[in-house]
Amino acid sequence: MEDDHESMGDACPQLLNLIPNEKVREKRIGGLDAAEEKKLELTLGLPGGVGEEEEPSVLSSCIFSKVSKTSSRRVVLGSEQQEAGLFQLQSRGGYGTEWPHKTTWNCEIFDEQQSLEKEKALGDTENEAGSNTSFQTRASAGVAVVGWPPIRAFRKNLASSSVKQSVELQNGNIDEKVKVASCKKGLLIKINMDGIPIGRKVDLNACGSYKKLSFAVEYLFLDLLRAQKETSTNDLRMDEEAKQAFKSLLDGSGEYTLVYEDNEGDRMLVGDVPWDMFVSSVKRLRVLKSSDLSSLHDWEARKEQQLSVEYGGEGLAN
Amino acid sequence: MDRAFSWVAAFPDEVWEHTFSFLPTDADRNAVALVCRSWHRIERLSRRKIFVGNCYAVEPAAAVRRFPEVRAATIKGKPHFADFNLTITDWGGGAGRWIQSMAKGWPLLEELRLKRMVVSDDCLEIAARSFKNFRVLSLASCEGFSTAGLASVAANCRNLKALDLHENEVEENCINWISHFPESFTSLVTLNIACLDGEMNVSILERLISRCPNLKTLRLNHVTPLEKLVGLLHRAPQLVDLGIGMLIGEGHPGLFSKLESAFAHLKHLKNLSGIWEAGPLYLPAIYSICEGLTALHLCDSSIQTPELSKVVSRCKNLQQLWAMDLIEDDGLIAVASSCKLLRELRIFPSDPHGLAQPVYLTQYGLLAVSSGCVMLESVLYFCRQMTNSALLAIANNCPNLTCFRLCIIEPYTPDYITQEPLDAGFGAIVELCKDLRRLSISGLLTDRVFKTIGASANRLEMLSVAFAGDTDAGLHYILSGCKKLRKLEIRDCPFGDKALLDNADKLEAMRSLWMSSCSVTLGACRLLAKKMPRLNVEVIDENGGGSLESWPDDCHVEKLYIYRTIAGPRTDAPPFVLTV
Repeated sequence: MEDDHESMGDACPQLLNLIPNEKVREKRIGGLDAAEEKKLELTLGLPGGVGEEEEPSVLSSCIFSKVSKTSSRRVVLGSEQQEAGLFQLQSRGGYGTEWPHKTTWNCEIFDEQQSLEKEKALGDTENEAGSNTSFQTRASAGVAVVGWPPIRAFRKNLASSSVKQSVELQNGNIDEKVKVASCKKGLLIKINMDGIPIGRKVDLNACGSYKKLSFAVEYLFLDLLRAQKETSTNDLRMDEEAKQAFKSLLDGSGEYTLVYEDNEGDRMLVGDVPWDMFVSSVKRLRVLKSSDLSSLHDWEARKEQQLSVEYGGEGLAN
Repeated sequence: MDRAFSWVAAFPDEVWEHTFSFLPTDADRNAVALVCRSWHRIERLSRRKIFVGNCYAVEPAAAVRRFPEVRAATIKGKPHFADFNLTITDWGGGAGRWIQSMAKGWPLLEELRLKRMVVSDDCLEIAARSFKNFRVLSLASCEGFSTAGLASVAANCRNLKALDLHENEVEENCINWISHFPESFTSLVTLNIACLDGEMNVSILERLISRCPNLKTLRLNHVTPLEKLVGLLHRAPQLVDLGIGMLIGEGHPGLFSKLESAFAHLKHLKNLSGIWEAGPLYLPAIYSICEGLTALHLCDSSIQTPELSKVVSRCKNLQQLWAMDLIEDDGLIAVASSCKLLRELRIFPSDPHGLAQPVYLTQYGLLAVSSGCVMLESVLYFCRQMTNSALLAIANNCPNLTCFRLCIIEPYTPDYITQEPLDAGFGAIVELCKDLRRLSISGLLTDRVFKTIGASANRLEMLSVAFAGDTDAGLHYILSGCKKLRKLEIRDCPFGDKALLDNADKLEAMRSLWMSSCSVTLGACRLLAKKMPRLNVEVIDENGGGSLESWPDDCHVEKLYIYRTIAGPRTDAPPFVLTV
């Protein structure tokens, strides 16, 4: 495998060899030896990437002939554009020229997100319905746009466990598997804020960290809080007041504090335990006025819990 | 009786009733009911199944009164976008009023299927006690109940055949609810508890399974240790549909062969679903049943494509494949060459927020399947890149598509080679696939695509649009075309007042329209509501409710839900949902 990589400094020579080789072409359909793997491994490289002009005809003829085997009627690729698209089939392996393309592309997106994040911290951009910028703004806040991509919470549960798995090592370790299984929970968590009758749901896996969670809470409730606050003469000041409310959600020094109810029914301050542990045990979130936050004695917590069920309770039994 | 319809009397009612029983769809029966009074009467007295697509379209009591002999009811509540959290919590969709009316008017009800409704434990208890012949309870995407409610169903429904819980949010407060099935209870045919999170007492489950010889469908929930699964499978070799929950490997030697032989005993197995966390080494245990499978819904997180391809290549009779995008293009190429009977393909994103490394699933995978699987009719595909030419090729390959849902994860993504909008590609889909009934579009799209859809999608019944279009014309094309459109859901598009008002009549011919984050103003909603008394125009005002009268006409409406109804404005709307 290693040798192949090296000899495939650029993809062309190897691919040219494949045309007369009937046997190798056959295997392309399902089998996966090194050569096919390279051909079929696609990159998300931008078009116009490093000139491999010779490739298109080679690859396209391979694919066309495969198609004609199965059914003459079937059209797989019928246009110039598609041939150009084929030239995106480039070898992976870390040595080809397109690999940097892929990583740069990813990096660009991340950088963009970070700089947008900074912008957001400084001055808010208003949400414009349906415009590109609004999506970017929301995405850059590190918060998933509500309801996008359109998959159900159950699907997201699976997604989280698969992401973890691909990152962790494959071994038969029970503990790891159990950890993965427990990560399935706690994705869309209900969150309520003191003084605001509407509850929200926050996607913890899309947050990934306490900082982003804090950001998400602000994003979810800022508009509602603005509407609730008594307006001063200055709209801008009201904005500032509202935003101020969300500063220091996690350290208890701000106007509001973020608490959560864990799987044992206890009310805890958010931020005390490592993120993963938090995600696996959290059941419900609440944004409390810091002045209301008494010390977490059991009976106090139970009382608050009862109140929240009667008062703010999601009202499902209607 | 009117002379023109005297021929009706030529046959006694029973003959007409028997004739009507052959009518396949509710639409046909509805048409029959309009012919004359006698037929109306005969039809309504003989209708056994009722489908209510929008629970607010009609008063429960009225429905029960009109069709007194119903045995099977299907009712749907919240709009589809509620699945993705776009409605607010407490939006509505409560099943209580329906269950109360049904309990009074349909005591012989046998089957109840609810989707996207809020069902309380009380509802379940009332249902369990009121319907003596209750056979089928199916709850999909519902919420509001707990395992205590399930316990009362188990205890009271002596002849229950099917308990089908599909993706519900269930509060788990009664651990051994399954022990409430009495020892004399043996009628179970379907048990789907995949959505329950809690621990299950496996020995109680085993006993239940052992005494139900007709059990055909068993879908377990997610904590099933391998050993226990083996035990359960041995007790039910007649299973046709198996959901393995989440299969976790435990590394004991010898377990593999036990698992393999357990699966080998399932000679009738056609559907396999679940989450495979056991790793690739255990996967060959299912090779023996692959040939018989017609549906595979395996969400794997730990299996790479080569192993998955080996499974898929053995599934020569597969008709339905649901998988994660970890199957990658290679896996789909394997599908294309092995699964020639494939009708439905659904590929879900393993990493919807792009946090991990990208997965090699592109338009080529779908293209390969469209090329190799001649019978493909239904597609749901999440990916990150697409081209117009691929879509054109797919349309050419599969003119029989009835459902095409493509979600390119990043909004506004153009054809990644030409950087053009994907208008031409989706246009090809609607023009060449004449039977298309359901379509979801994504990527960079202009008004042009809507023009094509409006003009060509003559059988389209449901359309989902997000982050698309340039102007109001887009919406106008859809509403003025698409003759059979029933449900339209739109988010984040620059569609506004004019198209809505110009096509007000169309809205009454449809079941519902959802628009969020578009450019609709309150004034237009008011005009629309005034013009169309049989539409409910509901506006979700998240900023604190209060009276609508005070808001100005040019106020922007963030979320709008319009549906036709003969029941008038609904009475159970929370304060933030205002009927204009």
